[in-house]
Amino acid sequence: MKEILSLRDVTYTYTPEEADMRKAVEGISITVNDGEWIAIVGHNGSGKSTLAKLMNGLLFPESGEVRILGEPLNEENLWAIRSQMGMVFQNPDNQFVGATVQDDVAFALENNGVPFEDMVVRVYESLAQVKMDQFLNSEPHHLSGGQKQRVAIAGALAIKPKILILDEATSMLDPQGRMEVLSTVQKLREETQLTVLSITHDLEEALLADRILVMNQGKKFTEGTPEQIFQRGEELVELGLDLPFAMKMSKLMRLNGVNLQGEHMSEEELVNDLWTSNFNK
Amino acid sequence: MDIQLQQVGYAYAKGTPFEKRALFDVDLHISTGSYHAIIGHTGSGKSTLLQHLNALLKPSEGSLRIGDLTIVAGKKVKNIRPIRQQIGIVFQFPEHQLFDETVLKDIMFGPLNFGVPVEEAERRARVLVEQLGLPSEVLEKSPFDLSGGQMRRVAIAGVLAMEPSVLVLDEPTAGLDPRGRQEIMELFHKLHVEKGLTTILVTHSMEDAARYADHVAIMHEGTCVINGHPQDIFADEERLAKYRLEAPRVVRFQRKIEALIGRPLAKLCLTEEDLAIEIGHVIREERGNL
Repeated sequence: MKEILSLRDVTYTYTPEEADMRKAVEGISITVNDGEWIAIVGHNGSGKSTLAKLMNGLLFPESGEVRILGEPLNEENLWAIRSQMGMVFQNPDNQFVGATVQDDVAFALENNGVPFEDMVVRVYESLAQVKMDQFLNSEPHHLSGGQKQRVAIAGALAIKPKILILDEATSMLDPQGRMEVLSTVQKLREETQLTVLSITHDLEEALLADRILVMNQGKKFTEGTPEQIFQRGEELVELGLDLPFAMKMSKLMRLNGVNLQGEHMSEEELVNDLWTSNFNK
Repeated sequence: MDIQLQQVGYAYAKGTPFEKRALFDVDLHISTGSYHAIIGHTGSGKSTLLQHLNALLKPSEGSLRIGDLTIVAGKKVKNIRPIRQQIGIVFQFPEHQLFDETVLKDIMFGPLNFGVPVEEAERRARVLVEQLGLPSEVLEKSPFDLSGGQMRRVAIAGVLAMEPSVLVLDEPTAGLDPRGRQEIMELFHKLHVEKGLTTILVTHSMEDAARYADHVAIMHEGTCVINGHPQDIFADEERLAKYRLEAPRVVRFQRKIEALIGRPLAKLCLTEEDLAIEIGHVIREERGNL
């Protein structure tokens, strides 16, 4: 597996003048491989978003190193590296620049000097991927929150990035919209080997990732596969996080005298266990 | 406070080439003391509807009665102010509305504007900060030095400080971590019960609608298509699908369990806790039959 992005002992503070304030992130190290999907989870204020901004050079670390595509990120290579990264923030209202949906999606392509003919095709394709191709000429402020966010994602996809960073990008979507976006991201990864970093509070979204990084109070709490992470159950709840539905349900059923053999992350496993342990006689 | 919408229609940029119809023929009655969830697919008109509830938007057609105030399309409305004082709206991302030097001043701003004495406004701010789980030190801080989750709580405190009798919540927990989400939803529920509020929750979360609301209204393509009890609304998955909605996860799980055991459970469970109890009953029955 080839490394695409790594953080080595990265520390950052928004208040360097106040030495006793907790740093936004402290001593974070992680390696992300090409084509991997990493979910970063943690309570509000745990440093997730700061981490995302350090990863694409919106912020530079106070100490430690960020390496992207084999190079240490610095002010010289920042623009070249950023053209390989798409980033989608939580609130789409803060990232709209175009007067119409298609202008908005074309913005990054214009900045990157993509020829007009290619641009038209890519704008349309990106919008089709998020099912917003019916809205080419709509004005962004006439769209609802969820529609806007899908356009923002299309804008990021249009530059055909190697790395896509989603900073709570699905948190404003309705359940169906969220599923559409997540399945789009999954499909995209299969077809293009896209590396995805998603910062999320949605545990079901984190379950889709290859690995999960758990942040707590600015520090790395743990990292591992979804199975490894969710085995820690109550510890995660204490960090202000949640458990996947099937795990919550298992716990509640046990409290009500239901026999279950194991821990389950998927509903199917839970239903099977419920059957074998209680009904199958 | 009773709120009644009759045949309400609304068009943005009416009379211009950009006219866009957001609502039509909305009939909805929200009775005093109810907890109403308004659900609907993205773009179904939920947010436009919400802005009518304290006359930020006025209907282009039909009429709207909020307590004693009647607003009829095309007629001038007088004396909206007392109504606005009684209807607190927590908009999406309410922290964007924070502006004052300190958290204390920010929370006191609303009440002072409506003539509440300084001492009382300050008392309310102190109580609310505690209720919302914030340390009292934040009162003297700039709201902009707080974390996103804390800013959200301060903004909510600013609305609650007006002591509204109707609380309108537009996705109040979007972007909060799971614990913060639960704490804030529980607080709203507690206030609803203790203060006898009328609560209107606009949400994408079928789980929250099922857990907290006693009435659910579905918006679809600009109109209110169903208004009923969560038990009935979430039981009919086919109808929900028609409006591009899904039943809460717990209901979908109950259906799987029912398919497994080959019979329906005694009731439709709207929370995980309830469903676990029901399943416990069923299993004890099975054991008894052995």
